[in-house]
Amino acid sequence: MATRPITRTTVIPGFGPALGYTVFYLSLVVLLPLSALAVKTASLTWGEFLATVAAPRVLASYRVTFGAALAAAGVNAVFGLLVAWVLVRYRVPGKRLIDALVDLPFALPTAVAGITLSSVYAANGWIGRFLEPRGIEVAFTPLGIFVAMTFIGLPFVVRTVQPVLEELEEEIEEAAACLGATRWQTFRRVLFPELFPAALTGFALAFARGVGEYGSIIFIAGNMPMVSEITPLLIITKLEQYDYAGATAIATVMLLFSFLMLLAVNLLQKWSRRHAA
Amino acid sequence: MKPIKTIAAAAAAFLALAAPLGARAEVSLLNVSYDPTRELYQDYNAAFAAHWKGKGGGPVTVKQSHGGSGKQARAVIDGLEADVVTLALAYDIDEIAGKAKLIPANWQKRLPHNSSPYTSTIVFLVRKGNPRNIRDWNDLVRPDVKVITPNPKTSGGARWNYLAAWGYALKQKGGSEATARDFVTRLYKNVPVLDSGARGATTTFVQRGQGDVLLAWENEAFLAVNELGKDKFQIVVPSVSILAEPPVTVVDKVVDRKGTRAVAEAYLKYLYTPAGQEIAAKHYYRPIDKNVAAKYAPVFPKVKLFTIDDTFGGWQAAQKKHFADGGVFDRIYGPGK
Repeated sequence: MATRPITRTTVIPGFGPALGYTVFYLSLVVLLPLSALAVKTASLTWGEFLATVAAPRVLASYRVTFGAALAAAGVNAVFGLLVAWVLVRYRVPGKRLIDALVDLPFALPTAVAGITLSSVYAANGWIGRFLEPRGIEVAFTPLGIFVAMTFIGLPFVVRTVQPVLEELEEEIEEAAACLGATRWQTFRRVLFPELFPAALTGFALAFARGVGEYGSIIFIAGNMPMVSEITPLLIITKLEQYDYAGATAIATVMLLFSFLMLLAVNLLQKWSRRHAA
Repeated sequence: MKPIKTIAAAAAAFLALAAPLGARAEVSLLNVSYDPTRELYQDYNAAFAAHWKGKGGGPVTVKQSHGGSGKQARAVIDGLEADVVTLALAYDIDEIAGKAKLIPANWQKRLPHNSSPYTSTIVFLVRKGNPRNIRDWNDLVRPDVKVITPNPKTSGGARWNYLAAWGYALKQKGGSEATARDFVTRLYKNVPVLDSGARGATTTFVQRGQGDVLLAWENEAFLAVNELGKDKFQIVVPSVSILAEPPVTVVDKVVDRKGTRAVAEAYLKYLYTPAGQEIAAKHYYRPIDKNVAAKYAPVFPKVKLFTIDDTFGGWQAAQKKHFADGGVFDRIYGPGK
């Protein structure tokens, strides 16, 4: 592998311009804004940076944001898998419609999602009015943040798992059954190892989206400092005080977190693929 | 390189030709404002266009941009080409002057009344019949009352709410910094939801049924009552409140570059004329013109009003003490409280 030259003749010509374009495009769209973030942050000294990103309120917001995003992504990984399974394996009436519905959280403006969710889960809303008497407050509590993140994260898992499921041939399952495996064994030993990397990718994407989400959460969170304040709100708070450097400092920390998270998931994927093989 | 140069030259030539033509033809202004003035300026822009034409000027179209006051100010700082800004707080315009140097520092002295052609104040919106019997600021710190107000760190309007409560406590018998701080702390203990903006807080109170009382701009409270039903909400005017002065100014660097200074200045001056004042009053902003104010006196109940300059030493001082990081508001929500 390593000895293969980079510029080898391929069926499709134009490797040079294609790579050049890719690097240029990524620099323009991804790296340039990110380096601007670093430049703005660099106007702070180390002490100021640490004081900003490790203030008690900011720490509390990390706990809320990353905790809720992790929980929401976990729920989505399980139930997204289930949804994908149903969509691929069963013939249900109106399947096309259900399939399209999955993408709705993608397409919906997040603010619309937030306003809708908070009106549904508020004490006088459709669902809220049944939960409230049982002592379950969703809107304007950390639980509301979790609900919003679950809503917007669902398509990521479904859409990453679905194609892998479609590729899996039913013959494999039949073979397993012929060899005397139970349904559970087939799932655990045959299907799950195949689906795991995709589910993991979906989990990571849903997590990243939850961490960065603002619009849908802000209306349902209640935004109480130390309790239900998400980190993106604190960035906005800094901006309202014209504290650009402070805002980018917190943003940098979030970026770092997300990067580490993606890295961890990639490593996990590599590991699981090696074990599956 | 060559074709790019040619295009650039052609574009420059075109602009040079088009600019004087454009000046003689239609003039377009951009008014960057905050959220609750949307309806006000829709009416006002039409009136001003007619007025300007009547004075022999060409056709004027005024484009509007609305959003949170601080967000709007940041947009102007970052390059939004506003001819005039009409924001919720002097602090936000101060930042445009300080950070981007688009306006001279003494901008607030250029027009009468601290450059605020209309004023407002902070009132209470309660549910019909006033079930919790809320009459004055004191009732807001009762343990059985839930108060809805946005977060002062993200909302200009919320800063007026906060300072109004603080000023009330300060002006009571035996009132001091310590009693004011205690009063405001107790008030915010009664706040179950901190929305990021004023419209969001109104929605939380009106649509979601949260809380017993909403702290709101007077014009916002009138709008809520008129739009959502007199049978559902009513306005309670406290004994003392703050004189909210939303200021306006021309953005000098922009109008000088665009050559729109004359129109932009006339646009703001017209706000001070009886016609302009009438439009402001119709949208429930308190007019400063004596005659118009007298005409609309039945609409606006008399309240003892204090100003931010007298009570807090101006916006810069108030911002630094109360709303900056580590300020009084942050300590109310400090860890372990």
